[in-house]
Amino acid sequence: MNMKIASKLVLAVAALSLAAGLSACGEREQVIVYKQGKYQGKPDSKPWESDPAASLYTSSKWTQGDKTSWEAAVKTRNLSQNEYNRVQ
Amino acid sequence: MARMKFLCDAERCIECNGCVTACKQENEVPWGVNRRRVVTINDGVVGAEKSISVACMHCSDAPCMAVCPVDCFYRTDEGVVLHDKDLCIGCGYCFYACPFGAPQFPQAGAFGLRGKMDKCTFCAGGPEKDLSKEEFAKYGSNRLAQGKLPACAEMCSTKALLGGDGDVIADIYRQRVLKRGKGSEVWGWGTAYGKPDQKAAPAGAKS
Repeated sequence: MNMKIASKLVLAVAALSLAAGLSACGEREQVIVYKQGKYQGKPDSKPWESDPAASLYTSSKWTQGDKTSWEAAVKTRNLSQNEYNRVQ
Repeated sequence: MARMKFLCDAERCIECNGCVTACKQENEVPWGVNRRRVVTINDGVVGAEKSISVACMHCSDAPCMAVCPVDCFYRTDEGVVLHDKDLCIGCGYCFYACPFGAPQFPQAGAFGLRGKMDKCTFCAGGPEKDLSKEEFAKYGSNRLAQGKLPACAEMCSTKALLGGDGDVIADIYRQRVLKRGKGSEVWGWGTAYGKPDQKAAPAGAKS
């Protein structure tokens, strides 16, 4: 009786290991289905989502995740390209 | 915010190539790839020599985007045209389509003479985690995510090259033209297509 259980156990383990071993043999779909005119690449994050504290050597200050404050910071920086404003 | 744009004032550009150098340094652009370059016409002709700094103009209706067979281009909320290098196949169609010669192809790598396309990103990085090493390696610096503007425009010594929100730089340029009393004629419809009272340029004119 014990022998029967042992052989069943061995069979079960063998079947499991075979299944686990062959599971990596499956082929993953590699063909990309292109949608004409639609961006197919990875999503990109928004510049205002980054942490202002992580930026090196910048005077721009904005609230992380707040688009309006980022735009205001960039506009301030943008206006500094006008030397008529800087040198009166 | 309107769209991010570049504007180069031909009355001010002194062909110093500072913008080219700044771009190379900021983005660690490899040898042979020029995201930005200075073009000079009538070189050496007194009074007629004009220079302009050219890179990707981040077109509102970008031809590169239209012709890309794998659709690896996208436009950000700020109007910056970017692309995914993981998807680019280096076919070069974008180079043929671009009126400015902006798409560049590295001269070495897995694809031999035509690697994955590289171009000006308006210092906005690409589709990788912002300010990550991966983003820098593939696309260069992401200055927009640091609240800055493109390095080329911000360091231009004569402020010939302006970069940023199209409305803001247009206002700066307008004020400049009004102060000095000339310069607007180098831009616009009349320059591109001729004015009704202007004779057509003679055949064989140097351009």
